[in-house]
Amino acid sequence: MQRGPILIRLEKRAAPSRVWAWATPLVAVLMTMVAGGMLFAFLGTDPVAAIRTIFWDPLFGEFAFFYRGQLLIKAGPLILIAVGLALGFKAGIWNIGAEGQYIIGAICGAAVALAFYPLEARWLIFPLMVIAGALGGFLWAMIPGVLRTRFNTNEILVSLLLVYVAEQILAWMALGPLRNPEGAGFPGSRNLRQYESAANNELIAGTGMHWGVVAAFIAVIFAYVLLSRHLTGFHIRVAGESPRAARFAGVNPTRLILFCLGVSGALAGLAGLFEVAGPSGQISIDFNVGYGFTAIIVAFLGRLHPIGILLAGLLMALTYIGGEAAQATLGLPAAAIQAFQGMLLFFLLAFDVSTNFRVRFGARAPA
Amino acid sequence: MDFGSINPVLLIASLMVASTPILLAAIGELVVERSGVLNLGVEGMMIVGAVTGFIATVETGSPALGFLGAALGATLLALVFGVLTQIFLSNQVATGLGLTLFGLGISALMGQQYAQLRTPSSPRWEFFGLNEVPVLGPIVFNQHPVVYLSLILVVAVWWFLRTTRPGMILRAVGENHEAAHALGYSVIGTRFAAIAFGGACAGLGGAFLSLVIVPQWTDGMTAGRGWIALAIVVFASWRAWRVLLGAYLFGGISVLQLNLQAAGFAIPVELLSMSPYLITILVLVIISSGRGRASGQAPASLGRTFHASG
Repeated sequence: MQRGPILIRLEKRAAPSRVWAWATPLVAVLMTMVAGGMLFAFLGTDPVAAIRTIFWDPLFGEFAFFYRGQLLIKAGPLILIAVGLALGFKAGIWNIGAEGQYIIGAICGAAVALAFYPLEARWLIFPLMVIAGALGGFLWAMIPGVLRTRFNTNEILVSLLLVYVAEQILAWMALGPLRNPEGAGFPGSRNLRQYESAANNELIAGTGMHWGVVAAFIAVIFAYVLLSRHLTGFHIRVAGESPRAARFAGVNPTRLILFCLGVSGALAGLAGLFEVAGPSGQISIDFNVGYGFTAIIVAFLGRLHPIGILLAGLLMALTYIGGEAAQATLGLPAAAIQAFQGMLLFFLLAFDVSTNFRVRFGARAPA
Repeated sequence: MDFGSINPVLLIASLMVASTPILLAAIGELVVERSGVLNLGVEGMMIVGAVTGFIATVETGSPALGFLGAALGATLLALVFGVLTQIFLSNQVATGLGLTLFGLGISALMGQQYAQLRTPSSPRWEFFGLNEVPVLGPIVFNQHPVVYLSLILVVAVWWFLRTTRPGMILRAVGENHEAAHALGYSVIGTRFAAIAFGGACAGLGGAFLSLVIVPQWTDGMTAGRGWIALAIVVFASWRAWRVLLGAYLFGGISVLQLNLQAAGFAIPVELLSMSPYLITILVLVIISSGRGRASGQAPASLGRTFHASG
């Protein structure tokens, strides 16, 4: 049943191509560089200089010693959040409100620290903050989780809408309960970096290595083992690939939904806590910079695989740092990087077709 | 604290204005979803419509051309979604999210030089003095043309889906794309048309925000309205007239909370500002828990990738 001359056809592969599964992200990055270069040229910036400033200079340029430390600071939260999100995405459970869980985790962790201020007892306060941060993110993610399992409410919409609620809570906290009483009326909490017992400073000076980055590495290992060795990991993969088969494999959908949302929420909360106690330092109206959304791109760029996410997180951190550098030296607008990251996701999704389909040119081959 | 400062007639008139961006976006998404496609990029298409509409109005001086530009800009973005999901067979949820992330970035980029500008205001219609009629006047006879357009679109979509042949084909594609394909209907063509229509509607909604309600361009000004539009389609159980009800309900809440803020009630401003999102969630819960009725009414092929292999 041939309808006209079909020049390009897609033929479903019997099994996903392993080569393409790894090649897709690389091709997508290259295509984004080309398309991004065209965008930058359109904006009146030299495209070659822009791409070099974003991808090369932070690693190997004159000021690389400064930027390399920034790399882990930015990659830490992205990896931490993306690893959690990927578990859900693999199972077809869409938590897209990580930004909200990140904010609530930060607020809870900071609130614990501020409650103890000015007591100095790091052995007690810092661990409590970590627990509070994870718990805050976990509980915030449980709202869409419970609504989904109890009332069958769409978790995509609820988790996203809760981001806006979290932002309002953040504004209230920064202006009200958590505001620095000695801050001369300015919004924002005390600076936690100056509070010895709560500060999440660099563990090795100049590397950007703080507890959040350590947590991100642990999360990668945890997720890797979970997905490759553990029964829950098997359930996640089955639920995503074939929901019907999952039922026969004894998957309990309610437990799986709560598990995936809970873990991703807790990890996002942790990321928020480590950020607010470290690089950002205080609860302010806009301390969150959209890591929760960028992590979605990171998860896909890393092919929902923990190791892939580690690499994707570093690459995405590079675009942040390089973007800032390009802003300073080339006058490239800040929003250009956001558009650039969005473009990366498009190319990734477009080339993903080669993983599951074979592209054939010419007429249909005999079956 | 006094309720007297809130005028009910003006409240209803401004409710219709506040609801229009969401109504437009939701009625477009309704058609998209009835064709079996889940486009989560409504927020991205709205914000791109808001910025392209604003730029077109500033550059041409005509709000009408501005709205046209908004529809075109957002349709262009919607077609990116169409190419990715229909030709490259990408995951619709991921692609929709990508559309929103990309739209927020590209709109901020495009709008940079336009942030402090104002546009020529587009007048409301007055219907030969009928707007002076008490009560009905401000509500029925003194609105912006696009408010009337949004209401006409609701009726048109209802009529199109219910009675016309192309509307029936669109529903068939959304319910069972394999069967529609076997009958010789173009699944991909139908879906492309629906996606483009959804984009144009979302763009108009965004432009109504940047040209009429605010009227200015600021980054991220849609503030989640695209997501609320998606929620309203679920609330409406994929029916056109219920979309109208849902959008006006939401508009009513957001106008009321603004009035309460202005009247100085002893409720924290942040609590009032988050109320539209909370109430949207609450409504979603009520709708989805109703003995699974709402989920039963979703188009059967919603969100599923179609590939004519055979």
